[in-house]
Amino acid sequence: MNRLGLLAHTTITTPPATEDILVHGIAAVCDPLGGLYLPETGMLIVSDLHLEKGAAFARRGMMLPPYDTIATLNILAAVIARYDPKVVVSLGDNFHDRRGSEFLPADLRAMIAEMARGRDWIWINGNHDPDGTTDLPGISTDELVYGGLVFRHEPSLISGRGEVAGHLHPSATVRRREKYVRRPCFATDGHRLLMPAFGVLTGGLDLNHKAMQGIFARDTLVAHLLGRDRIYSVRYGNLMG
Amino acid sequence: MDRIEPKSSGNQAVTLPRPFVKWFSEKGWQPRAHQLELLARAQAGENMLLIAPTGAGKTLAGFLPSLTDLVARGKIPPGSAFTGIHTLYISPLKALTVDIERNLMKPVTEMGLAVTVENRTGDTPQAKRQRQKLNPPDILLTTPEQVALLLANKEATRFFKDLKYVVLDELHSLVTSKRGHLLSLGLARLRKHAPKMQTIGLSATVADPLDLQRWLVPQGETPAPPAGLVHVTGGAAPDITILGTDSRIPWSGHVSTYAIPEVYEEIRRHKTTLIFVNTRFQAELLFQTLWTINEDNLPIALHHGSLDAGQRRKVEAAMADNKLRAVVATSTLDMGIDWGDIDLVVHVGAPKGASRLAQRIGRANHRMDEPSKAILVPANRFEVMECQAALDANYHGAQDTPPVGEGALDVLAQHVLGMACAEPFDPMELYDEITSASPYATLTWEMYERIVDFVATGGYALRTYERYAKIRKMEDGRWRVSNPQIAQQYRMNLGTIVEAAELNVRLVKRNAKGTLGRGGMSLGKVEEYFLEQLVQGDTFLFAGKVLRFEGIRENECLVSNAFSLDPKIPAYAGGRFPLTTYLADQVRAMLADPDRRVALPDQVRDWLNIQLERSMLPKQDELLIETFPRGKRFFMIAYCFEGRLAHQTLGMLLTRRLERAGARPLGFVATDYSLAIWGLNDLGAMIADGSLSLSDLFDEDMLGDDLEAWLDESYMLKRTFRNCAVISGLIERRHPGKEKTGRQVTVSTDLIYDVLRSHEPDHVLLEATRRDAATGLLDIGRLGDMLGRIKGHITHRDLDRVSPLAVPIMLEIGKESVPGEAQDAVLQEAADELIAEAMS
Repeated sequence: MNRLGLLAHTTITTPPATEDILVHGIAAVCDPLGGLYLPETGMLIVSDLHLEKGAAFARRGMMLPPYDTIATLNILAAVIARYDPKVVVSLGDNFHDRRGSEFLPADLRAMIAEMARGRDWIWINGNHDPDGTTDLPGISTDELVYGGLVFRHEPSLISGRGEVAGHLHPSATVRRREKYVRRPCFATDGHRLLMPAFGVLTGGLDLNHKAMQGIFARDTLVAHLLGRDRIYSVRYGNLMG
Repeated sequence: MDRIEPKSSGNQAVTLPRPFVKWFSEKGWQPRAHQLELLARAQAGENMLLIAPTGAGKTLAGFLPSLTDLVARGKIPPGSAFTGIHTLYISPLKALTVDIERNLMKPVTEMGLAVTVENRTGDTPQAKRQRQKLNPPDILLTTPEQVALLLANKEATRFFKDLKYVVLDELHSLVTSKRGHLLSLGLARLRKHAPKMQTIGLSATVADPLDLQRWLVPQGETPAPPAGLVHVTGGAAPDITILGTDSRIPWSGHVSTYAIPEVYEEIRRHKTTLIFVNTRFQAELLFQTLWTINEDNLPIALHHGSLDAGQRRKVEAAMADNKLRAVVATSTLDMGIDWGDIDLVVHVGAPKGASRLAQRIGRANHRMDEPSKAILVPANRFEVMECQAALDANYHGAQDTPPVGEGALDVLAQHVLGMACAEPFDPMELYDEITSASPYATLTWEMYERIVDFVATGGYALRTYERYAKIRKMEDGRWRVSNPQIAQQYRMNLGTIVEAAELNVRLVKRNAKGTLGRGGMSLGKVEEYFLEQLVQGDTFLFAGKVLRFEGIRENECLVSNAFSLDPKIPAYAGGRFPLTTYLADQVRAMLADPDRRVALPDQVRDWLNIQLERSMLPKQDELLIETFPRGKRFFMIAYCFEGRLAHQTLGMLLTRRLERAGARPLGFVATDYSLAIWGLNDLGAMIADGSLSLSDLFDEDMLGDDLEAWLDESYMLKRTFRNCAVISGLIERRHPGKEKTGRQVTVSTDLIYDVLRSHEPDHVLLEATRRDAATGLLDIGRLGDMLGRIKGHITHRDLDRVSPLAVPIMLEIGKESVPGEAQDAVLQEAADELIAEAMS
């Protein structure tokens, strides 16, 4: 199952089976489409959209399909419609490369403007797009501290308390009876949360990967995996059965 | 057809130049009739195909026209104008070009000919390649990929202008693959550079020689006459037997472990034994088991494609020096390399094809007048019948090589870019050139234009990439590459062999504290998807050892010695051939005919006789369907005998239909011989009361909408798409300046496939993928033939319990995983455990 499949199975009218969790004591809702909603502040967090990834590759001579941006934006529109958030935070790697937002086709630019109408929009800068966005609604910043949490693209290695970050594209593999299923996931140990990558052309990095080391207290780490129409929560130690 | 017995007195109107006559007589040899005939007809200007068994002097025959012509030409005086290569020799294997260089240099040196011979492969140092371009040898020995590289170069015209002969070795194995498609396009271009160039194809026996004769000459609107054929038959008939055993022949499985003691006895009795298996896993397991009983410490080695190249070279060298008593090998050793004195070939597992068996047996005793000796070791009872059928086929000289087939579109895309890299091309001229290659003779102009558009900007309906185009139309209508990087990119990604993402396996030591050392021996490569299933501590068989998986560090898989004999993870499959149509047909004939069953061992005959009592044996064109209950499930077995791939596709499609018919199917499993589907409803009763019609169920219309719907989610189609994406140049294997970043493919093709399918389902690359799948992993063509054949010939037996014929496939159930739909169920189970844990 991939993110396009998720969308195909999403009916916006019926509420999805979300998972209510606490991050650093703040209530949060994990949505199976890959967004995190914070009811107290009315914020919707999404991460690693990697918009215009196809175009970024085309610039280097690999003509990947030019449909990834519209596919990702469609899913984003669905989550926004579901929560009608006051604030949307895109947590970095919003575009796949520095030139992405500058060359964004006009119709897609209009789509983002439409989604941003009547709410605040914050682009957190990522390593793929450190210079911020061009001609898009909202503001660009490296970091946001709000409502008891800190939002940044790359997880800091010093203190992770109350941090919501992206960058690593966490995914987890569940094994039961010699069957393996790998899915993107929200990963949290209660203090810090890593967001799943939202873009349709983004891959995942397993929680076991060495880049994930030292980020979480593994004894309290839970992976909230994105299922077709619900979240599946599995404790880190139980992933392999 | 010209049939010439070897060593018959030749009366060809050809005289060999003096050095050749002298050389033959000094050796006490006679040029063979087919060598002289080939020479005479080539000299008369014909393109030629030589079909001959191993040991018939094929190589020398292939080179005689060039060598005699070069002797007549004489040495080129220093200071003359640039002379391009005279002869191009192309073989499918790098190792073969090296081998041939050695074999060809011998007569050249002994006769004192002023002929230069060099090879050029991916391993040839850059400096030597440069030098070859400036100062080409007379004869260049190379591979299809190198030919494509040379042709995509600006110097190609100059380099090939003097080309007289192209010798194509092991043509039978080349033409059926995408490498063959690429090479056919290369030949078409070579003809443009050197219009008088002649082809000489060398091949083992094939089912349809005319296919190859056409392949060797230009097609198109006015096709040239097919290449002349010299067909050497004869050679001593091989001595093939099926291993007699006192042990019980297993009902199912693929590993033949029951027969290992007998195989070991045969190794002891012979000088050098070559043991062929069909998969790497079989090779690993057999090798390990042989060593557990190798009390005499016989030198027995292992050879398969995943092993480290250095290790393989060592085994090959030891083999050539006759230092080994046995080698366990997969198809990597299939082709015409000289491997010293092998006096026995053991084939473990059924050979799956009659021609494949003949070619493998040909490895023994590389002299055609002595009989080769071979023993077949069937792994299970169906394979006993299959081995018997292959043995009969060999006796009758029957062949079942696959047809040449239509040229792949991804290869065409690669070639079009290559031609733009060489020099700007005129689209009409290039179309004529391409359709002169036999696999592309039927290519339509419309499809050709779509491919050119794909090469330029990806060929999307949403035309947003014009500004990034790889090739551009110039004012005179010709197409050129946009910038030099595109050409560099092309060169780095050329070729049609797409490796699965693989990681190097490195053996490390675990010290007393349990930490891992660094820098141990590299054992070879293993597919990433296999490793994804492992957790630290799992043990598996590789490179003849039981290894403990320690983890992945950067781009390497770290393992330590497991010091156990019993690997926990049984297999990594891959490389299993499907049963050929011909052998399948023979096995069906054998089941139907009591006279043909006489030759089978008692155990197998008894098994079939009980089947006759309990149920029935189908007639040759009949499809037998059995239904029976077992446990809490109801089973339906279809004995189609069409090979595992076609059965898998059939299983997917039937499951969908049964679901719609309300039969509540739960799963299916496919083998080479039959298909088992099980469900919650009584299928037998449904057929009996007419609520389920077998003729509707097996109607050919399943290849329409049902197939389309299923393809949406098919894992196999995604794998096919990945290959097409890489070969066509949509995805790079390597990017200039980034060749060492490890992961070969930089972005997930599965995700690209999903995006493309949902937004532009008619895209040309999806079309290419579907075409490939129809003949490849899904075997839809074969399935269609079967559905046509069995129409009106379906017989149903409703039984109260499992039948003897059903036992083999019933034993396979549970060994395969269920993809797709079941995934969320696995997640559900894991999530439920968490809930249970929380509530307790």
